[in-house]
Amino acid sequence: MHVGLQHYLAVSMILFCLGLLGVILRRNLLVIYMSLELMLNAANLALVSFSRFNDKLDGQVLVFFIITVAAAEVAVGLALIVALFRKRQSAHVEDLTSMKL
Amino acid sequence: MEQINNLISGGAVTDLLFYVFAALTLLCGLLVIANPFSRNPVTSAMFLVLTIISMSGLFLLLHAFFLAAVQILVYAGAVIVLFIFVIMLLDLKEEQRRRIRFFGLFAGLLSVGIVFSIFIKCLSSAKLATEAPANAHDGETYALGKLLFTNYTLPFEIVSVLLLVAMIGVILLSKKKLE
Repeated sequence: MHVGLQHYLAVSMILFCLGLLGVILRRNLLVIYMSLELMLNAANLALVSFSRFNDKLDGQVLVFFIITVAAAEVAVGLALIVALFRKRQSAHVEDLTSMKL
Repeated sequence: MEQINNLISGGAVTDLLFYVFAALTLLCGLLVIANPFSRNPVTSAMFLVLTIISMSGLFLLLHAFFLAAVQILVYAGAVIVLFIFVIMLLDLKEEQRRRIRFFGLFAGLLSVGIVFSIFIKCLSSAKLATEAPANAHDGETYALGKLLFTNYTLPFEIVSVLLLVAMIGVILLSKKKLE
């Protein structure tokens, strides 16, 4: 069967659902963060395949921006996790339920 | 060069490569979130690297050569190193098993199932192109750079400011005492 846009979108869809499942079900903060990265990557794949099959490069520019923002987000998020860990000595979401430090 | 182009665009080899990379991406993605052998976050990070590398293979098949390189440089090079570094810094122990809350499990599976069924419905009802257009952009990276610095100059500058803000924020957050 010839590979078309549908196949790429299916892969992206399944990857997004895997990431969502990880965010909801896992309870380690770092693994939740990795699942978020998976979801961002799934969106990137969908954008690149749309850009390829519609013969426009705008999708790729958008992916470029998404990668930049994801890198910034990871840096800030991991700094927050480290600061939180210093206060609470835990990276488990069930130990981090109150908002007061 | 011509032969490489022919090999990449169309043909049974491309289809085979697509299936290999797609299977690798999904398998490693599954192992990131649920690894039956180890609950160590380092293993998850390693499988995330594999996912990202096979996804950049998919980008190559879609003729996004520059993005494939950026994907490996930024994700596998910077983001994963940051993850590993933080895991080492926090000295996380193997995540001990806690009591599974069945209500949470049920609600999570239900919500993901709903999202999945919405996606399936969208994908099956849309009429999508099956044939990729012939290789119109010869210098893919050249065209991308041109677009980035003409039509998308303002977003580009905003993103650079965003990176600066993120850097300052991280430095402030990781100081020992916040004053």
